[in-house]
Amino acid sequence: MSSQVKQCKCRKETEQEKYERIGRIVDEYKDREGSLIQILHAAQGIYGYLPVELQKFIADKLGKPLSEVYGVVSFYSFFSTKPRGKYTIRVCLGTACYVRGGKKIVEKLQEILGIGIGDTTDDGMFTLEVMRCIGACGLAPAMMINDTVYKQVNPDKLQSILEGLR
Amino acid sequence: MGKMVNMVINNKNINAEEGMTILEAAKKNNIIIPSLCHLDCVHQFGSCRICVVEVEGAKNLQASCMVTVQEGMVVRTNSERVKKARKVLYELILSDHPKDCLNCSRNQNCELQKIGELLQVNECRFEGEKSKAMLDNSSPSIERDASKCILCRRCVTVCNEIQGVGVLNAQNRGFETYIGPAADFPLNTVNCAYCGQCTTVCPVGALKEKDSTQVVWEALFDKNKRVVIQTAPAIRAALGEEFGYEPGTLVTGKMVTALKEMGFDDVFDTNFAADLTIIEEGNEFLERVKKVFSGKKAVLPMITSCSPGWIKFVEHTFPDELDHISTCKSPHMMLGALVKSYYAEKIGIDPKDIFVVSVMPCTAKKFEITRPELKNNGYPNVDAVLTTRELAKMIKEAGIDFKSLEDSKFDNPLGLSTGAADIFAATGGVMEAALRTVYEIVTGRELPFEKLHVTPIVGLEQIKTAELKIENPIEEYAFLDGVTIKVAVTSGLAGARKLMEEVARGESPYHFIEVMGCPGGCISGGGQPRPTNDEIRVKRLQAIYKEDEGKELRKSHQNPFVLKLYEEFLKKPLGHKSHELLHTHYTKRGIYNEYIE
Ligand code: SF4
Ligand code: SF4
Ligand code: SF4
Ligand code: FES
Repeated sequence: MSSQVKQCKCRKETEQEKYERIGRIVDEYKDREGSLIQILHAAQGIYGYLPVELQKFIADKLGKPLSEVYGVVSFYSFFSTKPRGKYTIRVCLGTACYVRGGKKIVEKLQEILGIGIGDTTDDGMFTLEVMRCIGACGLAPAMMINDTVYKQVNPDKLQSILEGLR
Repeated sequence: MGKMVNMVINNKNINAEEGMTILEAAKKNNIIIPSLCHLDCVHQFGSCRICVVEVEGAKNLQASCMVTVQEGMVVRTNSERVKKARKVLYELILSDHPKDCLNCSRNQNCELQKIGELLQVNECRFEGEKSKAMLDNSSPSIERDASKCILCRRCVTVCNEIQGVGVLNAQNRGFETYIGPAADFPLNTVNCAYCGQCTTVCPVGALKEKDSTQVVWEALFDKNKRVVIQTAPAIRAALGEEFGYEPGTLVTGKMVTALKEMGFDDVFDTNFAADLTIIEEGNEFLERVKKVFSGKKAVLPMITSCSPGWIKFVEHTFPDELDHISTCKSPHMMLGALVKSYYAEKIGIDPKDIFVVSVMPCTAKKFEITRPELKNNGYPNVDAVLTTRELAKMIKEAGIDFKSLEDSKFDNPLGLSTGAADIFAATGGVMEAALRTVYEIVTGRELPFEKLHVTPIVGLEQIKTAELKIENPIEEYAFLDGVTIKVAVTSGLAGARKLMEEVARGESPYHFIEVMGCPGGCISGGGQPRPTNDEIRVKRLQAIYKEDEGKELRKSHQNPFVLKLYEEFLKKPLGHKSHELLHTHYTKRGIYNEYIE
């Protein structure tokens, strides 16, 4: 019995179910002022990212042009139009980090992961991004992996940090 | 007039209306404040800050296009601080601008240049990283060069709010910001109507029509081509502006002379085909009405089809309602089809050697001529479309001193027109022209309006309606006795959307609807001289109505050459030849072009 319940919980939501869930959220928020950002947030939470097809679905339901929805998605860096990895690595390239080797870290990560900025590894583990400033200037260079901040990162340690997550 | 406030601008005591911006109040009092992103009656966004002024008591400089006047306000528009700030702002814009004015299509007609002159900027202290050149010339109508864009967002307002299409919006952020379609999709893959309204408001060379002057010169220089040109009704009321005439000056005769001097073999008038359109479309309407009143299947309201921006819009936005659209081709396509059949036969020339050029107030017509369904015997009905702006450029390029030209007349047999054809240029005009003829067919009497103007559908309001009660019709139309015919007119695509939503719900109370894609109609089409504002629209409208009233013949069915055309060639309205040459069908597209891929 208990195994059955467990199975049920773990079953993956189908594509269609995700769209339906997002559709219900759009209906609920639609008439509220400035709701587009909230809707996109929720949709990204459900779908993982915001591909153009999903944006069309949201735009149509809201009666807004796609160019407006896409404009909002491309304005905020926390929205992504590509699938994300299990871990999002964000390297700070604010002034302090930049000066103290942030760029080196980005290069090293690109080399290790074999992907460019904004891309995700084929195994779906890592997404690489850069950020303006994460507020850890005193301990630059810094980066974040999901919600964890890594300070004074040593490029040579990157390999082992990533290994630890795999 | 609203309440007045007292204020001081540059030591001058001024009375200004409450609610006005400082910019407006200054202008009213002959004080010029340079402004760039602001566009009267259209766009108030406050992004360029070129219009900053000093307001006593305010710490920061204020954008005069955004701040409204207050009682006792003291403003300085030309203090040292203001001038310095404006220069820096301007130079910052320039730091990311290509500055290739000499080979830019907007040279001498560019608002950014003008501001530079006004501010007397003669240095450029900042050289920044340039936005990458993003040239989108995918569409046959509109060319977008994002590297020249100064992010004023006028086009965004026009495309979203006035046209209700929403193809253009700001994408990305910071230095990466650009104005364009989602995901940088090329214009020919999205639901752009190609109306060109964005090109009329763009202050710089970032949005413009796709050039056709080159192909037209080539045709003119080709000794084996007979090059035929026709001009739309709206050109004669606006072309003069490009040569320094007051808006609303009719330059019909000079325009024809210029075209002849440039070497066009025949100069015809699209107006002729406008009269023809009325005969075909009027009869199509009566056919539909007859069927509906006798219980047969036919679709009402019928909607006009002469505006290709509107047609593309409806194909994208209401793909299931296309049987409401009249099957008539737009007038210049009809004329092109006739030139390559009726006229070719008459002068004994193979249609393959004929090159038809249309001068149109419109950018969408550049796309229209590429439609595969608008060909006959394998030849496109029209080979090239020039906008009014492009024609003006060519006249200048030809070294013609336009103002000194004598008048001359269009060539026949496709050059004579009635007043009904002239008003095709104005919102409400096609409907009025149709009613002048249809009412007379049905009742045998003249349309009962003073000077034949259906006043409720004249003017710039977004949606206009009129009712016309049929009394004592002739026998054939006895079934219409006592029936009130309801018509609606709209211009601009946002208005079209409203009327179409009603149609799609099956709730439209109208029998006949006229739609023109551009606000005000063709007189302010996407290919017309810049700038176009309501004041200029009204002047062009007045010119058009003047041209109509000045004609002896004011009803399309009186055009002797149209009557002759039926006698010699077409035989009867909606007949076999008409269907082949003058009528067309439409394509379901969908907002994302989902029906055509
Ligand atoms: S848009 Fe204006 S300022 Fe820019 S290159 Fe063209 S003419 Fe010069
Ligand atoms: S041509 Fe018309 S529909 Fe297309 S982008 Fe410009 S304003 Fe919008
Ligand atoms: S394309 Fe033209 S109208 Fe649109 S934002 Fe850029 S400069 Fe302004
Ligand atoms: S004109 Fe006032 S901010 Fe641009």
